[in-house]
Amino acid sequence: MSTVAAAHDDHDHHHAPTGLKRWLFSTNHKDIGTLYLWFSFAMFLAGGFMAMIIRAELIEPGMQFVDPEFFNQMTTVHGLTMVFGAVMPGFVGLANWMIPLMIGAPDMALPRMNNWSFWILPFAFAILLSSVLLSAFGHGNPSAPNFGWTFYAPLSTKYGPASTDLFILSVHMMGISSIMGAINVIVTVFNLRAPGMTLMKMPLFVWTWLITAFLLIAVMPVLAGAVTMMLTDRHFGTSFFDAAGGGDPVLFQHVFWFFGHPEVYIMILPAFGIVSAIIPTFARKQLFGYASMVYATASIALLSFVVWAHHMFTVGMPLAGTLFFMYMTMLISVPTGVKVFNWVATMWRGSMTFELPMKWAITFVILFTCGGLSGLMLAITPVDFQYHDTYFVVAHFHYVLVSGAVFTMFAAAYYWLPKWSGVMPSKVLGELHFWNSLISVNLLFFPMHFVGLAGMPRRYADYALQFADYNFWISIGGFWFGLSQLFFLAVCLQCALKKGEKAEAKPWDGAEGLEWEVPSPAPFHTFDTPPVVK
Amino acid sequence: MATDKYYVPESSPWPLVASVGLFMTAFGGAHFIQQATDPDTFSGSWGQPLFFFGLAWLWLTIALWWRDTIKESRGGLHSHQLGISYRQGMLWFIFSEVMFFGAFFGALFYTRWLIVPWLGGAGSNAMTHELLWPDFQAMWPLVKTPGGTTTQAMGAWGLPAINTAILLTSSITLTIAHHALLAGKRGKLIGFQAITVLLGAIFLGLQVEEYIHAYTEMGLTLDAGIYGSLFFMLTGFHGVHVTIGTIFLAVTLIRVIKGHFDAENNFAWEAGAWYWHFVDVVWLFLFVVVYWL
Repeated sequence: MSTVAAAHDDHDHHHAPTGLKRWLFSTNHKDIGTLYLWFSFAMFLAGGFMAMIIRAELIEPGMQFVDPEFFNQMTTVHGLTMVFGAVMPGFVGLANWMIPLMIGAPDMALPRMNNWSFWILPFAFAILLSSVLLSAFGHGNPSAPNFGWTFYAPLSTKYGPASTDLFILSVHMMGISSIMGAINVIVTVFNLRAPGMTLMKMPLFVWTWLITAFLLIAVMPVLAGAVTMMLTDRHFGTSFFDAAGGGDPVLFQHVFWFFGHPEVYIMILPAFGIVSAIIPTFARKQLFGYASMVYATASIALLSFVVWAHHMFTVGMPLAGTLFFMYMTMLISVPTGVKVFNWVATMWRGSMTFELPMKWAITFVILFTCGGLSGLMLAITPVDFQYHDTYFVVAHFHYVLVSGAVFTMFAAAYYWLPKWSGVMPSKVLGELHFWNSLISVNLLFFPMHFVGLAGMPRRYADYALQFADYNFWISIGGFWFGLSQLFFLAVCLQCALKKGEKAEAKPWDGAEGLEWEVPSPAPFHTFDTPPVVK
Repeated sequence: MATDKYYVPESSPWPLVASVGLFMTAFGGAHFIQQATDPDTFSGSWGQPLFFFGLAWLWLTIALWWRDTIKESRGGLHSHQLGISYRQGMLWFIFSEVMFFGAFFGALFYTRWLIVPWLGGAGSNAMTHELLWPDFQAMWPLVKTPGGTTTQAMGAWGLPAINTAILLTSSITLTIAHHALLAGKRGKLIGFQAITVLLGAIFLGLQVEEYIHAYTEMGLTLDAGIYGSLFFMLTGFHGVHVTIGTIFLAVTLIRVIKGHFDAENNFAWEAGAWYWHFVDVVWLFLFVVVYWL
């Protein structure tokens, strides 16, 4: 790909701040990226803990640990925490760290706004998660949000608990944070590329994030509109989701999924970019079909705006609408198929080695494809009538989100931790993390396909007796997967404390790109003067 | 170009401080709304002061933040490239605003073209009509809801038409001011920008008048069914944006008088102008689909 002609100017022109101020007042993309990544990991553990409670309750039929009301709160807040707290901020953290390094920029384009984007998040989640703590330990156990992460009206309007209003305002805050973060990414990519770094020379991670950022700016405001309508329906007598006033609860679902479906791609496109960086490195070949990857990503993004009602087939809509959304959804498998083909073709006859990032990346390709295929099944309207709101759906989106999005974040961490920290992540702990996660994630989610096809509905605290055996093993897989993540915590802490083998500037011999031209760990300021990319 | 140094701003406390303000605004706001609209369930009245305190904190922080930025800009620290970043950032921000309005316009079209006809039995919904509200008549504007609430529709050709003329005129005066800025004609710039701010204020005054008329004489209220909901949410959010735009233009007017802008260095001024034109376009759309058709 590209080579760097200009020497790097690594001395600090305004000296690096120290102490608490460094983190609180930062305008440095690396520090803010680190904050995002730690925040994301903390939320991953918090959301994972809620999943453990869900699985503990479901380990056998009947009620054992929590009451159904609290179970509903757990499924709801688990989903919200993972989507808005773990996956989205995790990718923003990676964008912060890597995009400026990859395009030869000194920082993000609007560094102070960048810091604001981050610092809104802990406050937003303080509001959301405080309602869970109050529900668990507070006087009178006031309910946390309990209507599912999709917060359908009227469950979230007429019947929503008092904490719904806090939830609404926290979603507004998360939206503000996401929009500002996305504006920063787009402007950085459009305006701060090093001379010679033309758009079609950009690493795919930058491309996928550029398109993701566009999706974020397009749909987060729609989510803000949806929760605003909820708020006014709840307190100011509007009738958006109330048929007696001429509105419709189904309107909520349309507005929500107009946000919600592009949101799905917001959570997976950056993952595509990461895999497209890692596979060529360890196959020691150029990425197969670079341009087609770019066009496929753009196609997926555009199609994502016209598929939203496939989440609503059983709700009822005119036949023409049903057919339109079914065919559009199936059409997405074409550009997605192009991507999977290209990754496989990149590996074809490559000099492959299987370091940790590569293990996670290949796992992603296989397991994400499983999740994609079950998605294709769900896209078929009459089939969806059978699968809707069963564990088959739960299996589908956890395959694409956990063994898809989350696994690529692990891949990214093992791939770039040497650059971030200056030390190689522990191989022993990393292997333990990988193998335990790989086996347990399949034990956890694969049987969900079977219980789902057999008719077990999602979001229930109890189930019929015939699902007992599968659910026992699903729960075992859940605890196993959850505990396996402690290996990753250990890996990260070791790197943060600089314990381990010292990393070279380019620890992976097949790696290409500007990020490997700067020392490891990357100095506080990089590319003070733009490198020239040939 | 390759030897030019990039500009990265110094670290700043304001993003964190602003987040604290936003937190108080949101946390206070949720409790304020609960305590104000449902005092039987939600005791206490601390939400309101916390909300306003948070809001004041937030605005003050942003003012201090931008004061720093203006100082740095006046001190010549900002590069040409940063100016481009600001401009692109503003355009994408306006795009996000367009999408926010899009949610409400989408709700309007969905209501008008699908929900109301379906409640009236259109398509395959004969039984919906028959079983839920058999007396309901599908119509738009929906002046009688299925539940029986009646209201009146706001006509297009009184105050709304005058307001349309006012906003269109303000866009023209602002464009004249813009040309004056680029040509370096200060007097003309100040004059026409002042007229624009004034027109914005008149627009808001007339909208208040219209709301009072709707509430006191027409029975058109926020809780008078979906027509009232859509009418007030769309025009209301638009009004909020006109307010922000007017303040924005007033601030840049003061900065014009202080001599902050010239033909090259004028990001904040142009951002305000773009924002104003965006608000204007939203109004035109609103006038056609909410008031007129």
